[in-house]
Amino acid sequence: MGIIAGITTLTLARWQFGVTTVFHFLFVPLTIGLGFLVACLQTAAYRTNDEHYDRMARFFGKLFLINFAIGVVTGIVQEFQFGMDWSSYSVFVGNIFGAPLAIEGLLAFFMESTFLGIWIFGRGRVSKRVHLASIWLASLGTMLSAVFILAANSWMQHPVGFKIDKATGQAVMTDFWAVITNSTFFGAYFHVLFAALLTGAVFMLAIAAWHIRRHQQRETFTKVARIAIVVTLLSALGTCFMGDTQARQMDAQQPMKMAAAEALYNTSDGASFSLLTIGDLTGNPLFQIRLPHLLSLIADNSWNGQVKGIKQLQAADVKKFGAGNYVPILWVTYWSFRLMVGLGILMIALGGIGLWLMRKKRLERSTWFLRFASLMLLAPFLANSFGWIFTEEGRQPWVVYGLLKTSQAVSHVSVGYVAASLIGFTAIYSFLAVIEIGLMIKVARKAPEELTSRDDERPLELVY
Amino acid sequence: MPHLHVVASTPPSGLEQLWFILIAVLWLGYFFLEGFDFGVGILLPFLSRDDMDRRVMINTIGPVWDGNEVWLITAGGATFAAFPLWYATVFSGFYLALFLVLAALIFRGMAFELRGKKDDPSWRAWWDRAIFWGSALPALLWGVAFADFLHGVPIASQATWTGNFFDLVKPYALLGGLTTLSLFTLHGATFLGLKADGEVRQRAQHSGLFLAPATFVLMLGFLTWTYVTAHTTHHNGLVPPFLPILGLVVLAGVGWLMRERLEGWAFVATALVIVIFFVTVFLNLYPRVLVSSVGPQFSLTLSQTASQPYTLKVMSWVALIFTPFVLLYQSWTYWIFRKRVRRAEPLPTPSSIGS
Repeated sequence: MGIIAGITTLTLARWQFGVTTVFHFLFVPLTIGLGFLVACLQTAAYRTNDEHYDRMARFFGKLFLINFAIGVVTGIVQEFQFGMDWSSYSVFVGNIFGAPLAIEGLLAFFMESTFLGIWIFGRGRVSKRVHLASIWLASLGTMLSAVFILAANSWMQHPVGFKIDKATGQAVMTDFWAVITNSTFFGAYFHVLFAALLTGAVFMLAIAAWHIRRHQQRETFTKVARIAIVVTLLSALGTCFMGDTQARQMDAQQPMKMAAAEALYNTSDGASFSLLTIGDLTGNPLFQIRLPHLLSLIADNSWNGQVKGIKQLQAADVKKFGAGNYVPILWVTYWSFRLMVGLGILMIALGGIGLWLMRKKRLERSTWFLRFASLMLLAPFLANSFGWIFTEEGRQPWVVYGLLKTSQAVSHVSVGYVAASLIGFTAIYSFLAVIEIGLMIKVARKAPEELTSRDDERPLELVY
Repeated sequence: MPHLHVVASTPPSGLEQLWFILIAVLWLGYFFLEGFDFGVGILLPFLSRDDMDRRVMINTIGPVWDGNEVWLITAGGATFAAFPLWYATVFSGFYLALFLVLAALIFRGMAFELRGKKDDPSWRAWWDRAIFWGSALPALLWGVAFADFLHGVPIASQATWTGNFFDLVKPYALLGGLTTLSLFTLHGATFLGLKADGEVRQRAQHSGLFLAPATFVLMLGFLTWTYVTAHTTHHNGLVPPFLPILGLVVLAGVGWLMRERLEGWAFVATALVIVIFFVTVFLNLYPRVLVSSVGPQFSLTLSQTASQPYTLKVMSWVALIFTPFVLLYQSWTYWIFRKRVRRAEPLPTPSSIGS
């Protein structure tokens, strides 16, 4: 009975973490990416005195704020649930993992929230220079928050700068510099940062394309679409490039994750990359498309490099860590990896085709491209989710790689509590999602009105 | 595989004492700041006659509530980093209570951002309810939680939790919750007296005349109970005799200051009462962080829950370097938005302004 209850608490706690985290991370990249792009528009508005840019800064600013609020409120849950559901984990890693979370609050969240307040409420009340500086500082705050949270996550993927304390059994920090310069961190940070910029840019492009196709303020939205296309292409390439360097690192640091990404059962030299598989993943597929040597190139940067297989890695892990199953859920890792990469390539195509049409001056008239761009709205959100699902599931059964298993990390709380809060959070988040998406669509569809001189006379303290 | 073990308690080191003070400061900052924006949320249905009044009230805290809430996030993060076992034991032990706080804060935060985004009275009315409950519930539950820290929670050997939700809602804890609920509401009233204009300001002052004595009675009751318990159980917390009396004296003065329309001083006074109240609670706790109701030997102390000196040192440097900037720019926001918020005619639609 006790064992059954323990397993259920663990399962529910994992589902809760998955649901709340994937939901939270739908909004975070958009906050980072769109915050940066709105800051750019605001800069263009002030520098050129071009009314188009000012209108766009307000229009996308409003969408940014709707999105920002939900990111903030779901973010508090993130910090609290480590203690609520994963108290053994929290005790084990607190010496190391807690510091970046605290620093994130002190350095990033204060900056983000305070300067965003000044940007929203300060229009017309502070000087243009201060107003512009405030949106840039808010944007910088969002990018800084990613630094600390990814430093914390990188430590879970690849623990460095620590020792295990004999008296308490906790992991304790011995080298803070090593923790924040973790080799895993650099790749992860820029991969996520580029993905966030990509999310903002595709979001902007999709909405602009929708308006252009409906002949609503075409001139204004075409200007925005041009910026968005350039950012889409550059950040999609950046994400891809960083992902590629991460793959080699992953092969060295977490070889099982690499093998699980590919469902590669046996160690092979010059390994091919399977594009898709129909049937089971255990090595006897019904149908498969394979690209020769590509996996070796990805993992080892060489034509005939060796990529280790799941069977061999499992045997090695048993020898190293004792009996147990060290293989993640393969269909999750295999498909989430493919979907992430596939969507990424699709977004590179979006940016590339867009740029080509821009140079040919056919952007506004190319109906199929505008339709394609609007449809791509969901792509970055899906890719972000699949990316995290892959990297977190791929690390299983570990929560801290090689040190602490997920099954050892869970709180000793009753199943009922976790079930109640899982149902509660899922219900609240579903409700928020409906409201949020409804509101986003409403605001995004309404072409921004022409600004009138009355805007400056409005009582600015009454923003809400 | 790691085996986590709670070590025997030793007298706290200087670094551990420093971090206990810093954590206390973060909570004090949180209650001082979010205290008034909880208060404004609680008073929302009582001090408004129409939507314009409600917008005046919400806009007094508009630019700052989010920054105020970051104090909570930082307090949580700092507790995680400096006292992992305290963080883990409290957060898993207060599971359902924290779920309620989180749900309340989610609805409240969304309400601020969303209520004006649709021009529809029933839409706004629903979000206004969310603001009220989303403010009242945490204002109550934080008091319950801190009273529980002090009065004891069912933890046994190795910080194992042996009770359930109902162990957390004993009469003493409920009295603590009512005290903070009332105190934050009063703090919101003095804040509105300072920041709102017109009738909202008047009504806030009137509400203070009723809220101040009510808070006084509740706090007197709670502190008396706390001190009686401290002396009958001979616990080893720090029990300052004069501090709570000073707090009660200041609280008694709030009603008078509001009647005399010394609005700035009234706000300073409620802020001071909040600080004194929580300093008293934290001092009573020291050197423990969580009292056990099972037996005093199971109470968790600073030294048992703290991180290693290396982590605390790193965190001290980070705090020392960056906290001044945070305090500077946060105070600067209050300076920028120092003007009173007043009704505007003609009524602009909220959804057409902003960003």
